[in-house]
Amino acid sequence: MPLFLTAARLTAALAALSLAAAPVVAAAQATAAPRGYPVVRPGIAFRFPADHGAHPAYRTEWWYATGWLRTADGHDLGFQITFFRVRPKAGATPARSRFAPTQLMFAHAALSDPATGRLLHGERAARAGFGLAGARIGDADVTIRDWRLRRLPDGRFVVRAAAPGFTLDLTLRPTQPPLAQGLNGYSRKGARPAEASYYYSLPHLAVTGAVTRQGRRAPVTGQAWLDREWSSDYLAPGAAGWDWTGLNLDDGGALMAFRIRGKDGRTMWAGGSLRHPDGTIERFTPADVHFRPLGWWTSRATGARYPVAQELSVRLRAGIRRFRLTPLFAAQELDARGSGLPVYWEGAVRTQGGRGYLELTGYQAPLAM
Amino acid sequence: MAEPGVVSARLALGWLIAGEWRAHPARFLLTALAIAVGVALGFAVHLINGSALASFDGAVRGVNGAADLAVRATSPLGFDERAYPRLSLAPGVADASPVVSLPAQANGARFTLLGLDAIRAAAVTPSLIGAQARGPDASTDALFDDDGLFLSRTTLAAAHAKTGDTITVAANGRRVRLRIIGLLPAVAEGQAIGVIDIAAAQESFGRLGRLDRLDLRLADAAAARAALPDLLPAGSVIASPDTVAQQGESLSRAYRVNLDMLALVALLTGGFLVYSAQSLSVARRLRAFALLRTLGLPRSGIVTAVAVEGLAIGLVGAGVGLAAGYGLASVALRWFGGDLGGGYFRGDAGLAFQPLAAAGFLGLGLAAALLGSILPARAAARAAPAAALKASGDPVDPRARVPWKPAVALLAAGGVAALLPPIAALPLFGFAGIALLLAGGIAGMPWLARRLLGPWARRNIASVPRLLAIRHLHGAPGAAATALCGMVASTALMIAMATMVTSFRGAVDEWLGEVLAADLYLRAEGGAGFDPATQARLAATPGVSALAFSRQLPLTIRADRAPLTLIARPLTGPSARLLVPVGRPIAVPPGAIAVWVSEPAQRLYGWNPGEAIRLPVAGNARFVVAGIWRDYARQAGAVVIDAAAYTRITGDATRDEAAATLAPGARADAVGRGMRARLPAGLRDAVSLAEPSTLRSFALDLFDRSFAVTYLLEAVAILVGLAGVAATISAQTVARSREFGMLRHLGVSKRQLTAMLAQEGALLGLVGAVAGVLLGGVVSQVLIHVVNPQSFNFTMETRVPVGTVLGVIAALVAAAAATAVIAGRRATAADAVLAVREDW
Repeated sequence: MPLFLTAARLTAALAALSLAAAPVVAAAQATAAPRGYPVVRPGIAFRFPADHGAHPAYRTEWWYATGWLRTADGHDLGFQITFFRVRPKAGATPARSRFAPTQLMFAHAALSDPATGRLLHGERAARAGFGLAGARIGDADVTIRDWRLRRLPDGRFVVRAAAPGFTLDLTLRPTQPPLAQGLNGYSRKGARPAEASYYYSLPHLAVTGAVTRQGRRAPVTGQAWLDREWSSDYLAPGAAGWDWTGLNLDDGGALMAFRIRGKDGRTMWAGGSLRHPDGTIERFTPADVHFRPLGWWTSRATGARYPVAQELSVRLRAGIRRFRLTPLFAAQELDARGSGLPVYWEGAVRTQGGRGYLELTGYQAPLAM
Repeated sequence: MAEPGVVSARLALGWLIAGEWRAHPARFLLTALAIAVGVALGFAVHLINGSALASFDGAVRGVNGAADLAVRATSPLGFDERAYPRLSLAPGVADASPVVSLPAQANGARFTLLGLDAIRAAAVTPSLIGAQARGPDASTDALFDDDGLFLSRTTLAAAHAKTGDTITVAANGRRVRLRIIGLLPAVAEGQAIGVIDIAAAQESFGRLGRLDRLDLRLADAAAARAALPDLLPAGSVIASPDTVAQQGESLSRAYRVNLDMLALVALLTGGFLVYSAQSLSVARRLRAFALLRTLGLPRSGIVTAVAVEGLAIGLVGAGVGLAAGYGLASVALRWFGGDLGGGYFRGDAGLAFQPLAAAGFLGLGLAAALLGSILPARAAARAAPAAALKASGDPVDPRARVPWKPAVALLAAGGVAALLPPIAALPLFGFAGIALLLAGGIAGMPWLARRLLGPWARRNIASVPRLLAIRHLHGAPGAAATALCGMVASTALMIAMATMVTSFRGAVDEWLGEVLAADLYLRAEGGAGFDPATQARLAATPGVSALAFSRQLPLTIRADRAPLTLIARPLTGPSARLLVPVGRPIAVPPGAIAVWVSEPAQRLYGWNPGEAIRLPVAGNARFVVAGIWRDYARQAGAVVIDAAAYTRITGDATRDEAAATLAPGARADAVGRGMRARLPAGLRDAVSLAEPSTLRSFALDLFDRSFAVTYLLEAVAILVGLAGVAATISAQTVARSREFGMLRHLGVSKRQLTAMLAQEGALLGLVGAVAGVLLGGVVSQVLIHVVNPQSFNFTMETRVPVGTVLGVIAALVAAAAATAVIAGRRATAADAVLAVREDW
C-alpha cells in the first residue's frame, strides 16, 4: 500500500510542473471530503477483472508493482514500476476540448542493482487522451506513450517501460488470488472513516522477462507484488510521511504493514495484514503494528536520514512476530525533484524467510504541504 | 654621409607638421570631425540593427520556448489537432507539446496567449511553465483550472495587474475573465507572454479541434526530419527556431543593409573631406616639402609624414565617432525603437556593445583618413623639387587637356554593376554600382568644370571681378576639382536619396488614393470577426449602399520567411476595382481558383500569371495566378482570392474587415454610429471605424516614420557636404593672400576682390551643385530601379523632387559664396604691401 503516492508524489510532481503548489490531492487534508468525488465506504466486494481496470470517478488510483529479479548469472536486482491515475477536477461542466484534463496519468520505474549500489529511474506523465495516455475501464490496461501495463486474457500482467539507462520488459503471473486489504478491501488510513481507500494486493507474482541495460538484454526471473488502490480522500491532516512494506514470504505467506507518521514523528495510524499459506488472513489494527529503526543511512545528496533497516513487529493470534528488514543496499533513495517527484526511499529489502520492498517517505521534508 | 642630412630633414618635417597643426588646429579638428560623423553614424546604425535583431530573436525564442523543432500552422486557422498523436509518436520524436497560440489583449497590454498542456510543455519547452504564487489563494485546487492564467513579468506590468487579480482577456474575438495565478519566471524580461491550459484555450477562445503549433523534443533529429514531412497535417509547416528567427531577419534585412549603406556613404563623404583638406594642406606646403626633399628626405618620407597626419586624424575621428555612435544608438533606440521607425520589430531592444563591429568601423574610419591623406601626398611627392620650390601654383597645367577616360570607364562600370542581379536577396551590385558612379563622377569633375566654364572663359567679360573669378577657376581646374569632389559626392547622394524617397512616397500616396476608394472602413481588432449574421445586419445599416467584407490572415508559405497575407474579398462587383493591377490579367482555367498576387509576393515566390501555385490553406484546392497587383502595404507579400471561394474551401465565413460605399447624401460619421450600434455588444469595442482620409494620413505617417532615419542620415550628409565646401574654400582663399596683395597693387579694389571671391564661390557652388544633381539623378535611378525592387520588391516611377533640387543648388551656391567672402575678408585684411612681401 504505497499510499506514499497519495499526497507526496503527485503533489511534488505537479508542483514541479509548477501547476500547483497546492496539489491535486492536497484537498484531501481538508476536513471534508472533496466535493464531487465518490466517497470510499465499507461494504463493497471486488469484482474481477473489472476492478483490475480503472475507476475514473475516484480521485486517485494506482497500479504499483515492486519485486525482486534474478539474472541468469545469479545477480539480484530490485524493480519498481508504477502507474498513477488522477482525476484533478470533479463536477466540472462536461469538457468539449479533447485536451480537457479530466484524467492525468503518471508513471514511474526504478531499478536497484547491488552490483553498482545505484538506483536508476525514469518517469512519464501525460493527460489522458488522443490514445497517447489513459487507463482502460474493465480490465488493467494503462498507457503513457511507450510505457504500458496491461492484463492479458489469461490473467498475466505485461509491463514495459523504457527509462534512461534501463528498459523493463516483464510478465507477472499471479500464483495466488487477490488479497483484499482492510475490511474486504476497505482500507482505513486515518481516524476519520472517509480517510480510506479500496485496496487489494497481488502478492507472489511470478516474474519472467528481461532487463535491458547499455543495450544488453538480460533475461530475468523473480517474484513481485502488485498493489491496486483507489480513493478520493485519505491522508489525515498533519501527516509527515509513512513507512510501508510488502513482503512475499518464502512459505507462501504475504505480509503488508504500514504506519503513517505525524509531523511530531509519532505514529498516527497503522495497519496491515498477513495471509498465511493456507489462505487464512489476519488483519492488523493500528495497535498491532510496530516499526522500530535498527539502522540509519544518511543521503549525502539530500541530507535526508532514513531508517533503512527496521524491525517490524506485528501482533498475530499466535503472538507477536518480528521481521527484521534489511535493505538490498542502502542507497535506494530517489531524488527526482527535478522531474517532479519528491525525495524518498523505495528499496528492495530482505527479511528472515521472505523478501519484499520498503518505502520510506517524508524524511527529507514533511510531505504535508 | 647622407645620414645627418636625412635626420635633420626628418626633424624639419616633424616641426613642419607640428607647426601646421598648431597654426590650423580648427582645420585639423574639422577633418577629424568629418571622419567622426561617418564612423558615428555607421556604428550607431549597426548597433541599433544588431540590438533590434537580438531582441526580436529573443522574443521569438521566448514565445517558442526553445523547442528543438515545431510543426506550425501556416495560418491563424490552425491545423487539425488529430495530427498530434501521429506526430508525437513519429520516429525520432521524444516528446511533443501541443500549443494554441493567440494574439491577445488585456487591460491595454498586448501579449501572446499560449494554451499549453503543462505536463508536455515541462518536457519540451520548460521555459513556458508558470510558477504559482504562494498565498492564501494557492491552497485552493487551482490545478488545471480553466480560468488560471500565468503572465510574464512584462505582461503583468503592462496590464497593470498583480497576481491574484482577475482580468478580462480578449483574443480570437472572445472576452474571457481569467485569474492571474502566477508568473512565468523563465520568460525573459521584455517578452509579453501569457499561458493558460490548452483545454481552456480551446474552449474559451473558440479554438476547439485546432492547434497552432506542436513543439517537438527530438531524440533523433535526422530520423525526425525524414519522417515528419509525410505526417504533416494540412496547413502546417516544419519550423526550427532558426527558421523562425530568419523570418524577422529576412523581412528587415534589406532595410537594415540599406541603412548600413547610407551610414557608410556618410563615412565615404568624410573620406572625401579628408582628401580635400589634405590636398590643400599639402599644396600649401609644397614648397616646404620640396625644400625638405633637397635636404635629403626621400619621396616616401613625405608620403609617410602626411600619412601619419592622416592616421592621427583618423584615430581621433574614429575614436570620437565610436563613442558618439554608441551614444547616438542609445538615444535613437529610446526615441525610434529598435527598428529605427521601420516597423519591423515591436518592443524594446537592449543596446549591446559589439566589439567586432567597433573594430570594423574604427578600421573603416582610419582607412578613409589614410587614403584621403596618402593620395594627395603621393601627388606632392611626385612633383620635381626644383619646380615646386619656385612656385606654389596649381600643379596642373591649364593648357593641358583634362583626361576624361577614367571617369567614363568608372561610370560605365557602375552602370554595368547596377544591372547585375542581387546576391542573397541583397542589392550588393547595386551598391557597388552606386560607389562606382560616384567615383566616376568625381573623377570627371576637372573635365566637367572645364566644359562648364570654358564658354565663359572665352567670352569677353566687362566686369573685372567676374573675369578674374572665371579665369581663376578655369585656369586652376585641379584646385577647383579638389574643392568640388566632396561637394559633388554629398550632393549626389542627397539628391539620389531625395528622389528615391519622393518617388516612393508619391507612388504610395497615389496607390493609397486608388486603394482607399470606399467611404468608410471597419476593422475588427484582436482576432475578433464579423459572423454572417453580423455581416447581414451591418449591410442593412441605413445609408450604406454597398458593403464589401474581407478576411485577412497571415499565411506561412515557407517556414523561414515572414508569412504573406491572404486576403479574401469579393472579386466581382464594385470592390474589384480596389486592386491596382500591374500588367494584364489572364483567364483562369475552369475549376481553379483565381489568385491575385501582389508584386512583392510575385518577386519573392516567383509566381507569375498563369502559373498554378500551392497555397497551404485547407484541402487540395487548385490555385492559378490570374494577375499581379501593386501593393506597398505588405512587404512580405499578399495574395487575394475571391471571398466566396475562400469560404467554400476553408468553411470560414468570418470576416474581419469591411469597406462601405455610402448612399448619396449619407454622412460617414452617422453611418458609422449606426453600424456600431448594430454590432453585438462584445464586438463593439473591438471594431474600429475609419474614413479613407484618416487611413491615408495614418499610412503616410507610417511611411514618414520609417524613413525618418533616412531623412536624418541625408541631413547629416548635406551638413558634412556643406562643411566640406566651407572648409575647402576658406582654406583655398586664405592660401591666396599673396595673389590678393598682387591684385591690390594692380589697382583692384577691396570691394572688387570681395565680389570676385563671391562670384568664384558661387560659380564653384553652381558647378558642384549641377554636377551633383546630374550624378544624383543617375544614382537615384539605380536606387529606384535596382536597390528598391531588389531589397523591398516594390517598383515605382521616378518623381523628381524639384523643390529639394533647387533648394540644394541654392544652398550650395550661397554657402560657397558666403564662405569665400568671409575667408576673403581675412585674406585681404592684411596690408597689400605686406601680403606681397610675405615670403618665408
